[in-house]
Amino acid sequence: MKAIVCVKQVPDTSGKVSVNENGTLDRASMATITNPDDLNAVEAALALKDQTGCEVVVVTMGPPPAEGMLRELLARGADRAVLISGREFGGSDTFATSQIIAAGINKIGIEKGDIVFCGRQAIDGDTAQVGPQIGEKLGLPQITYVAEIQKDGDTVICKRMLEDGYMMIKTQTPCLLTCIKELNEPRYMSVGGIFDAYSKPFQVLGYDDLKDDPLIELDTIGLNGSPTNILTSFTPPQKGAGMMLEGSDKATCEKLAGILAKKHII
Amino acid sequence: MSTFNNTDLAAFKDVWVFCEQRQGKLMSTDFELISEGRKLADELGVKLYGLLLGDAVEGIAKELGGYGADGVIVCESPLLKEYTTDAYTKVICQVIEELKPEAFLIGATNIGRDLGPRCAARLHTGLCADCTHLDVDMGVYKDFLRESSTLDEKRIEGTGTALVLGKPHDVSRDLKMTRPAFGGHLMASIICPRFRPTMATVRPGVMKKAEFDQAKADACEIIKPNFELTAADLQTEVLEVKKAAKKLVDLIGADYIVSVGRGISKDVEGGIKLAEELAEVLGGVVGSSRAVVDSGWMTPDHQVGQTGKTVHPKVYVALGISGAIQHKAGMQDSECIIAVNKNDTAPIFEVADYGICGDLFKVTPMLIEAIKAEKAKK
Ligand SMILES: Cc1cc2nc3c(=O)[nH]c(=O)nc-3n(C[C@H](O)[C@H](O)[C@H](O)COP(=O)(O)OP(=O)(O)OC[C@H]3O[C@@H](n4cnc5c(N)ncnc54)[C@H](O)[C@@H]3O)c2cc1C
Ligand SMILES: Nc1ncnc2c1ncn2[C@@H]1O[C@H](COP(=O)(O)O)[C@@H](O)[C@H]1O
Repeated sequence: MKAIVCVKQVPDTSGKVSVNENGTLDRASMATITNPDDLNAVEAALALKDQTGCEVVVVTMGPPPAEGMLRELLARGADRAVLISGREFGGSDTFATSQIIAAGINKIGIEKGDIVFCGRQAIDGDTAQVGPQIGEKLGLPQITYVAEIQKDGDTVICKRMLEDGYMMIKTQTPCLLTCIKELNEPRYMSVGGIFDAYSKPFQVLGYDDLKDDPLIELDTIGLNGSPTNILTSFTPPQKGAGMMLEGSDKATCEKLAGILAKKHII
Repeated sequence: MSTFNNTDLAAFKDVWVFCEQRQGKLMSTDFELISEGRKLADELGVKLYGLLLGDAVEGIAKELGGYGADGVIVCESPLLKEYTTDAYTKVICQVIEELKPEAFLIGATNIGRDLGPRCAARLHTGLCADCTHLDVDMGVYKDFLRESSTLDEKRIEGTGTALVLGKPHDVSRDLKMTRPAFGGHLMASIICPRFRPTMATVRPGVMKKAEFDQAKADACEIIKPNFELTAADLQTEVLEVKKAAKKLVDLIGADYIVSVGRGISKDVEGGIKLAEELAEVLGGVVGSSRAVVDSGWMTPDHQVGQTGKTVHPKVYVALGISGAIQHKAGMQDSECIIAVNKNDTAPIFEVADYGICGDLFKVTPMLIEAIKAEKAKK
C-alpha cells in the first residue's frame, strides 16, 4: 500500500515578484518554496502512514535543484522520492505535465490500496488542472477540494468542498485526491528525519526512462508539444500607490462602487 | 475515441457553454458565460449552445436563450442528478465527439475546475484555467492589450502570429484566453492552435451578464442528443450534499472578504453586523485582524495574517484595521484592497487600491447601499 504525493517547487509569489522586460518572470530573483497545498497533500499521506504504515513516495517533475525540496520532504517523513527531470519536459503545459507525471507514477506502479495525493493548485499557475488530468490519464477516480479523509480498507470517504457547502463522496482505491489547506496542519521536519533524508531511496527518471511508456505521446510534451501555447504575456499597468478617495460621504461611496462595477470587480 | 479526430480543425464549429446547475437551479455563472459566449460566437460567425446536464432539467433550459444562446443541448438522466466527475465527463465527451464544437467554456467553480481538466485530458485538447478575458477578433484583442497591458505597439502588432511547432501560425480564428498568473503579477494570453475544441474555464463574476430577452428565450432551441451512461460508469458515490450553514467561514476559498479590526471597538456587535451586511452584498465572508480575535469578539477561524490565514480574494475590504505588517502578510496579495480607516496615516492605505479616510460606522452603510445600487444595474 502506497501514498504517492505529487509536489511542485514554485516561486514564492507572496514575496516580491519581479518581471523581466520581455514579460517573463524573473525566476532568478525569487525564492522557491514547496507549493503550499502540496504540503497539505504530503501531510495527508504522512497521516495515512501513521494510521496504516503505508509507504509514502514523493514525486516531482522539475529541474535538478528540485532535489532539495524532495530531501526536505524525506526529512518530514516520506520514505522515498522520485524526481522526473529532463530537458524534453521543460515548458510543458498542464496536459503535457500530467502525461509525464502519470507515466512516472506508472513506473512507480499503482495498485489496489494506493492513493495519489495532489495539492489543489500550484501558486505559480493556479490552474488546479494537473491533479484531475493525472487522474484521467491513469483512469483513477478523483475527488478534488478534499477537506477531510476517512479510509477504511479500500474504501475512501472524503468531504469535498463546494463554494456553497460540501459533498461527502465515497470511492475505492486506487484513487486520486486533491488537497486543500483546511485538510490539516503540515508537520515539521524532525531531527532524526533530517539525519535520514540523505540515506533514503532517491530515484531520477529522465526522458529515456519514460519515453516508451504508453501514456507518453512524444508530440504533446515539452514547450513545443504542449496543446496550449502562450501567445503573449504582459504585466498589467502599474497598480500605483493606490487611490485615496476624496471625502467619506455618500458621493465617495458611490464613486467607489462605480469604479468597482466598471472594472468588473463586483 | 476511434473516429474522433480533433486535429481536423475545420470539422469543428460553434461555441458551447457548460451550464452548471445545482439542485436543479442554474448558476449566475451560466448567464455570464452565455453572454460572453454570444460575443465570441458572433466574432466567429457561428452559433452558441448551452450544454445542460441533470435529472429533469429541460424546464430550466430556455432561460439561457434569453441571454443569447441559440439553443441548449440537454442531457437528462437520474445518474446526472448530482454532479459526479465520471458521469459528467463521460456524457460531455460523448456529445462533444458527436457534435464537435470549436470552443467550449466552463465556469471556474469548484465543480467546473474538477470537470474541465478531466474532459480536456480525455478529449486530448488544451485547457486554459480561470480566464478573466476572452477574444477572437484580432482588432478587439489588440485594443484590449492597448488598454490593459504595458506592451508597446510593436509587440501588440506582433501578436497576430504565433510560432506553432516551429512554423508561423495565424491566430485570427483562435480563441485568445487571457488569465492572471503568479498571484496576478503577470497576465498571459493562451491559445490552443492544434486541437479542438479550445477549452477554457472562466472565473465567475468576471464576464458581464447580458440583458435578458424573453423573445429570445422563447425561440431557444432544445436539442436532446443520445448518450450512453450506466451506473457502472460511476466510480464515485455522492453520499450527501450539504449547503453550508452561514457560520462556516471559508476565508481561503472566498472571492470577497470583509475584515474588521479594533476600529469596531466602540460598538463591536454593530461593527460586525455591518461587515456581515457588506460581505453578504458582495457574496463573501467576514474576516478579522488578530486584535479582534484576541479580544474575543470573533473566533480564531476568522483571523487573517501571519498567524491566521493567508488570503487572496478578488476584493478585500479592511474596516478599522491599522495594517500591521503581520496582518498585511496575510492579505496584501488580494487583487483589490479597499480600506476604511479614520486615521489617514494608517499603514493599511499603503497597500490599498482604494482608501476612504473616515468613520467605518458611517462609511460602511453608505458603501453597502452604493454597491447594491451598482449590482442592481447589471
Ligand atoms: C508574532 C505576531 C504575529 C501576529 N499575527 C497577526 C495576524 O496573523 N493577524 C493580525 O491581524 N495581526 C497579527 N499580529 C498583530 C498585529 O501586530 C497587530 O497588533 C494587529 O493586526 C492590530 O489589529 P487592528 O489593526 O485590528 O488594531 P489596531 O492596530 O488597534 O488598529 C485599529 C485601527 O482602527 C482605526 N479605527 C478606530 N476607530 C475607527 C472607526 N470608528 N472607523 C474607522 N477606523 C477606525 C484606527 O485608526 C486604527 O488604525 C501579530 C503580531 C505578532 C507579534
Ligand atoms: N511539476 C509538477 N510536479 C509534481 N506535481 C505537480 C507538478 N505540477 C503540478 N503538480 C501537482 O498538481 C497540483 C495542481 O497543480 P496546477 O495544476 O499546476 O495548479 C499541484 O498542487 C501538484 O500536486
